[in-house]
Amino acid sequence: MAFHLHGIHTPHRKNTAKAPTVRMSAPKIVTIPMAMHIGAPAIPTVKVGDTVKIGQKIGEAAGKVSSPVFASISGKVTKLTDYVLTSGAQTAAVVIESDGEMAICESLCAHEVSDRTSLIEALRESGIVGLGGAGFPTHVKLDVDPARIDYLVINGAECEPYITSDTVTMLTRGEDIAYALRALARALGIKRVVFGIENNKKEAIEAMKKMAASIGECEVTVKALPALYPQGGEKVLVYHTTGRKIGMGKLPIDVGCVVLNCTTLAAIGTYLSSGMPLTEKCVTVEGGAVKQPQNVIVPIGTSLADLFDFCGGLTEEPDKIIYGGPMMGITVQSPDCAVLKNTNAVLALTKKEAKLPKTTACIRCGSCVNTCPFGLAPIAIAEAHDKGDTEALKALSVDMCMECGCCSFVCPANRPLVQINKLSKQLLREERMKEEKKA
Amino acid sequence: MSSLTKISVSPHIHSGRSTAGIMRDVLISLVPAAVAGTVIFGWTALLPIAVCIIACVGFEALFNLIVKKEQTVSDLSAAVTGLLLALNLPANIPLWQCVVGSLFAIVVVKCLFGGIGGNLVNPAITARVFMLVAFGEMAVSAFPVDAVAGATPLSAAKLPSLLDLFLGNYGGAIGETCTLALLLGFIYLLVRRVITWHIPTVFIGTVFLFTFFYVGFDAVEALSLTMAGGVFLGAIFMATDYVTSPSTAWGKVIFALGAGLLTCLIRYFGVYPEGVSFAILFMNILTPYINQWTRHKVFAGGVKA
Repeated sequence: MAFHLHGIHTPHRKNTAKAPTVRMSAPKIVTIPMAMHIGAPAIPTVKVGDTVKIGQKIGEAAGKVSSPVFASISGKVTKLTDYVLTSGAQTAAVVIESDGEMAICESLCAHEVSDRTSLIEALRESGIVGLGGAGFPTHVKLDVDPARIDYLVINGAECEPYITSDTVTMLTRGEDIAYALRALARALGIKRVVFGIENNKKEAIEAMKKMAASIGECEVTVKALPALYPQGGEKVLVYHTTGRKIGMGKLPIDVGCVVLNCTTLAAIGTYLSSGMPLTEKCVTVEGGAVKQPQNVIVPIGTSLADLFDFCGGLTEEPDKIIYGGPMMGITVQSPDCAVLKNTNAVLALTKKEAKLPKTTACIRCGSCVNTCPFGLAPIAIAEAHDKGDTEALKALSVDMCMECGCCSFVCPANRPLVQINKLSKQLLREERMKEEKKA
Repeated sequence: MSSLTKISVSPHIHSGRSTAGIMRDVLISLVPAAVAGTVIFGWTALLPIAVCIIACVGFEALFNLIVKKEQTVSDLSAAVTGLLLALNLPANIPLWQCVVGSLFAIVVVKCLFGGIGGNLVNPAITARVFMLVAFGEMAVSAFPVDAVAGATPLSAAKLPSLLDLFLGNYGGAIGETCTLALLLGFIYLLVRRVITWHIPTVFIGTVFLFTFFYVGFDAVEALSLTMAGGVFLGAIFMATDYVTSPSTAWGKVIFALGAGLLTCLIRYFGVYPEGVSFAILFMNILTPYINQWTRHKVFAGGVKA
């Protein structure tokens, strides 16, 4: 594709890509929240005093759009507690104290899948959710009419600065990825698979090309994307890999695509081949305050403080701790928070790194307008939002905004543009709810 | 370690571009023109430049002080307005007129409309037009080329040579005569990505083409007339003012096309010998509408769910 959507050149800061990935030794204690996915929180199935092993279920999915939760270390359940999520919402959490054994649950076994029903059945018990960050239960996403799927698009863009965990996954877990692709091709009759990887990750592209050559069940291609944030945005990725455009309020499946993150794919492979559900994550630990930035394979539920300690500790009190990248990541209120299923990076930024310029008056330079990948006009949206003009907001297609933050990043007046877009979307949501109530 | 950390919305990093940085680049890009003006018209040309900059910055500081607004002079936009205004004036202009012009530019056009970003029209351009109307003779002396021509077609015989026009070796406003210096500034602004090519290129191109047809397909004369007067200064530095020009590429093209056409219409058919300022001012007023007409197409049509 000669033409591509606008984006921004962010600093890459992918220093951890070359550093060896290390497995963290068993933490003394883990706190595993029951809400690490989109949908209903899981319900704890263990009591205080129970002994658990790695891979053993400790939380049952509550309904269709939900996901079970599994023990990530072996030991004793010492507490059922409340856990505050970054959204401010509270959820139940299971606290497990390690016995130092890291013993694996004996009943785990491989899952043979032959069709859609057996695949979805198996994945429902895997605890796997969208690991790119969204946390949408994978068994729900894949539960579509196979005839509607033209493409399986694999997100290996990893466009956020700092993060390299997806790259590491592609480099080191090719077998898991291949296993998952074969299973998905068999079960869902998928014919075409496209990997989208930014062209600054040459090794990952090579590794996936090599892996693709070994797969006979379906056609697997690897597409090098421009190293331009936000290539990993779902609509951007689908457009750049397949040329198909997903409209406002539509899903990839509406244009015949299913999008999975490469790490999600690897997790599916591990689960189907060994029966091991999602209990650990490869996490990029980075930022100026981290002494030894590196990729760490860490049990879910490990506190960020323990994770930092494992990385040599912090060189200074961080100004901000972030789940994910600096462009779309969410600030964490305390280092006591845990590594979640969808945590792909933890950044501890110093005061200097996290310093943002002062917000001043808009000078109508048009940078936001000329940078938005979707051609939105943040400057006009901000004006409409200030007036509370929902009609204008609709006309400006604000619901199309994927909240990538390019507009805020380039704004020379550092205006909170993407935040205003989010508030505008909220305004429209509220209006829709009011109208529904009336009707 | 268990202390609470800072919560904020994403993004957590920034490109580092700032209004002050952009304005600093504009100031730097105008240095060649200011230097050329000083060389051509003598050191006295530095007086209006200094007075306009000091007056503009001073009036903005004073206004903010009086209305108890946060101080904004450090964003350098007032300094840019001052420098631009001075470069649009003849070197021998009475300095009190510079002060009055600066007052008009900063207080009436900019601050009363809410300060930087709030003004509808370009402060320097509007002040120049104001001075032209208010002080007549002085400002008109800035347009030596067209002044003799009146309503009749301009004669090539009365124009300086192409080389003189390119180097600025003729009468006019301090900053408008030396085409070479203005082009250097243009290149700097392009390299620093402060502006895009659209407005200057289309503006100057339109004036050239219109003149080319008007003078009867004489390329040399058309080029001479395009370089003479304030077209380059206006097209590169005044018409590209962010606040008062459109944001999209097509918007910029329409804006520049309009400004170029109006410049020629005023020059060749109007009562004023020079039309650049009026043309830009008029297009400034149309800018909000051009912005509405030329909004980018939303990806996938932004089809409603």
